[in-house]
Amino acid sequence: MQITFTVNGAEKTIDIEPRLLLVHAIREQLGLTGTHIGCDTSSCGACTVLLEGQPVKSCTMFGVQADGREVTTVEGMMRADGLHPVQAAFKEHHGLQCGFCTPAMMLVGAALLERNPNPSDEDIRWAISGNICRCTGYMNIVKAIQAAAASTEPATA
Amino acid sequence: MLPAPFEYDRPDTLEEALQLLAEHGEDAKVLAGGQSLIPLMKLRFAAPGRLIDVNRIEGLDGIEESDGFLRIGALVRHNALAASDVIKERFPTIAAAAPMISDPIVRNLGTIGGSLAHADPSGDLGSVMLALGASVVVRSTAGEREIAAADLAEGPFQSSIAPNELLTEIRVPSPGPRSGGTYLKLERKIGDFATVAAAIFLTLENGSIGRAGIGLTSVGLTNLKADAAEAALSGASPGTDAWAEAGRLAAEAAQPSTDVRGSADYKRHVVDVYVRRGLAAAAEMAGAA
Repeated sequence: MQITFTVNGAEKTIDIEPRLLLVHAIREQLGLTGTHIGCDTSSCGACTVLLEGQPVKSCTMFGVQADGREVTTVEGMMRADGLHPVQAAFKEHHGLQCGFCTPAMMLVGAALLERNPNPSDEDIRWAISGNICRCTGYMNIVKAIQAAAASTEPATA
Repeated sequence: MLPAPFEYDRPDTLEEALQLLAEHGEDAKVLAGGQSLIPLMKLRFAAPGRLIDVNRIEGLDGIEESDGFLRIGALVRHNALAASDVIKERFPTIAAAAPMISDPIVRNLGTIGGSLAHADPSGDLGSVMLALGASVVVRSTAGEREIAAADLAEGPFQSSIAPNELLTEIRVPSPGPRSGGTYLKLERKIGDFATVAAAIFLTLENGSIGRAGIGLTSVGLTNLKADAAEAALSGASPGTDAWAEAGRLAAEAAQPSTDVRGSADYKRHVVDVYVRRGLAAAAEMAGAA
């Protein structure tokens, strides 16, 4: 089945079987391997991408469901002027250890800041509660998202 | 993991979807949020020959209270349910349960209709609808019928919805002026199924308990309605004695099994505690002295 969808701002047309999961379409058809496969059972959140700006688990959605929709992966976070504030904050605050959960954590952090630019510590912890960091490096992930919020907060808040 | 191959349909209208169900219902499954169905298909516990993706059908995602009922469209996502003002203000049982379903990412896709049709005894919303005395509306090319929440689940993962029918709406009776409710859930971690959970609803009439609704999660082959506890509460005086008796009766009605989440005895004890605690909280919300 042929589908056309927007991935990181660019329109893509691919021909896939209906049973192909979105994560495979992204990694294998489009070659965007920043989206990881962790548990493959909808538990760990490593495969999280943004669908119309909302985090979804791409291992628990079929590629054909993305037809006509907009998908953002970690490769689409960069801005013309450099790293996304969340990416910069993860780098600055050591928000990663092995890096496996990092693309998903950054996308979830970015989506949170879109709807809540000034989240509390608890808001951040709830937001990332569907994503597992097997290194247990949660403290710095929370710090990084807090720092990203502070760096993008308007001066006259 | 790849599911077994299937035909894929994505109707744009309800009429098209019902026509497809009329033609292929026996061999088809409806794909809504997919957050339960797709994992089952990946594990090949389910291998439908056809998926009818209803996500693009318009008009199935409303939340509106009118004429004595809250009407929730079947495609309302759990996060939309949790964010709804009318639910936060008037339906505390739903408001308490919605943010506790699975995890926040799953809640972006998972739907209320899918959850209820899935009839998982560990599902949270099934218990909530039992407590609230809700019903669901199902449609087919032959027309529409309403199924009471208590008649929806016939067994684990088996609902009374016919293969040619589509669940389109959930109807929850509007609460009276003096009412309260909550959902208490014990889980090992966010995203896990409930070890035990209890959905509670209660009304007060002239100082006595009017209607009480109690739904139990993960302690039987379906979500369980604690009928004996509800009956004991009706007309009783709100207070510790009534909560204790209801907790005892609900624990007696529970049929938990021992598994990795705990022993049957432990779960029965939690039912007792959660029902007592939930009723006390609901009565306070309803304005009991």
